[in-house]
Amino acid sequence: MTVRQVSTQLTTARPKRDVATVRADFPVLAGRATGKRLVYLDDAATSQKPRAVIDALSQFYSLDNANIHRGVHELSQRATLAYEGARGKLQRFLNAADPHEIIFLRGTTEAINLVACSWGRANLRAGDEIILSAMEHHSNIVPWQIMCEMTGARIRVIPMTDSGELELDAFRRLLTDHTKLVAVVHVSNSLGTINRVKEIIALAHERGVPVLVDGAQAAPHGPIDVQDLDADFYALSGHKMLGPTGIGVLYGKAALLDAMPPYQGGGDMIRSVTFEKTMYAPLPAKFEAGTPHIAGALGLGAAVDYLRGLSWEWIQSHEQDLLEHSTEVLQGIPGLRLVGTAPEKASVVSFVIEGVHAHDIGTILDQEGIAIRTGHHCTQPVMKRLGLPATARASFALYNTHEEVDALAEGIRKVREVFG
Amino acid sequence: MPDLRELYQQIVLDHNRSPRNFKRLPDANRTAEGTNPLCGDEITLYLRVEGDIIADVGFQGSGCAISQASASLMTSAIKGKSKDEADALFRAFHALVTAGPDAKPDTTQLGKLVALAGVRQFPARVKCANLAWHTLHEALSGAGGRVSLE
Repeated sequence: MTVRQVSTQLTTARPKRDVATVRADFPVLAGRATGKRLVYLDDAATSQKPRAVIDALSQFYSLDNANIHRGVHELSQRATLAYEGARGKLQRFLNAADPHEIIFLRGTTEAINLVACSWGRANLRAGDEIILSAMEHHSNIVPWQIMCEMTGARIRVIPMTDSGELELDAFRRLLTDHTKLVAVVHVSNSLGTINRVKEIIALAHERGVPVLVDGAQAAPHGPIDVQDLDADFYALSGHKMLGPTGIGVLYGKAALLDAMPPYQGGGDMIRSVTFEKTMYAPLPAKFEAGTPHIAGALGLGAAVDYLRGLSWEWIQSHEQDLLEHSTEVLQGIPGLRLVGTAPEKASVVSFVIEGVHAHDIGTILDQEGIAIRTGHHCTQPVMKRLGLPATARASFALYNTHEEVDALAEGIRKVREVFG
Repeated sequence: MPDLRELYQQIVLDHNRSPRNFKRLPDANRTAEGTNPLCGDEITLYLRVEGDIIADVGFQGSGCAISQASASLMTSAIKGKSKDEADALFRAFHALVTAGPDAKPDTTQLGKLVALAGVRQFPARVKCANLAWHTLHEALSGAGGRVSLE
């Protein structure tokens, strides 16, 4: 079987399906945890993987494994073709203008670090300002802090309301002649808020300020069109969107990426090397030093195919239904308070229970086979802003069901039984 | 199969609801802070050490039931003890919560601290039980520092 045949097979459109048949595509969902049937509600931490993604990794290593952009031999050509084919799939997934604007990296964290180091080093000076939001993941805070320490630039923060909405009037006031970049999360991992990034980008562009969007939590839940958003940079992680760990994407406008210095030096990112001078390769190779996660890129391509096969229409309708059902069921539990109640939300439900710490909730639910996330969710500033040490978070993907939401509610009743 | 009733014994729930010695000591001469970044547990421990004796002890902080109950039980257990006695308790407690689920550690000197033995069956929660004790160790051995259980 050639790689071409594999990729044709993976892009075949699937008919719309019900959730039971979708679940059958995810082997792990048939498994058990702590002796009970697994109820996996930690999708915002990492999603489970469909058979098509697992097979893409396995098939690459079993049939086509070779390094890319190297050999004249057949296997290397097949691997290169498949890797660049995956780039094309991600270009279409994000509606980027050119496949060269898709850089394969380890994930969102590395993508943001790349922009902070490369763009930041070339563009930031003492007194410059970078605007972040109050609901950023640590991965969209710390790289900027490191750059600020090196350059003397400063961080300003868009505040948020108690319900978890960014205050765009305050954002307008933060935009000044000092502003050099805005970096903002598309969907909050701890609150579920879908931010109005198109409006944020338009406001920043009025002042000629580029915008980086952290799309890690947005990519699994709905269509992204970087040209319609007019995003300058857009970062995502494969493992949050049914793909493998260790692979992700930085989208950047070609003009910006072209002007930026390399992030890492090494093989594959050069045109010619002498000890006196090195000429760098054009995009995207300039930012892909060393042998990349080839199988991971193919797996991510398969994940994108799988999402397209189901259709966003089906996924969004199913996940909104889960969000509505879980919100309704959890709100009915005495002593439980939802955290993050913005009108536009992805299928993420954070909550606290009076008198019970999130970590204890997590342990008790685990005994029922229910996997949720507890803690600060790598968003300590959000917890501080809301005056909470931690929350419990259930997050839903396209394969979760009403029954699993009901199992969560039943598990929370057990929490109340234990704590009286 | 781990048993939740073993983990959340009545005495643990009681010390979580009504922690003993939950106060700042204005005349403390040893303090230390402990955090568990994974789940956000944090405590500040205050000691008044007179000669070799822990004359008074208090703590403040927030966290899960296990971390709070452990801090409360620990402060009750070490008040009035010598530093060596407290250190011996630290080692005995550490052995209790890190022993395998089927081990039978020596609990003769532990008193009420035995209530936390159920933690052994929940590896993810051992750090919660240990936080107060590591913070005590820091307060007694150092000039007052920070402990972070990664």
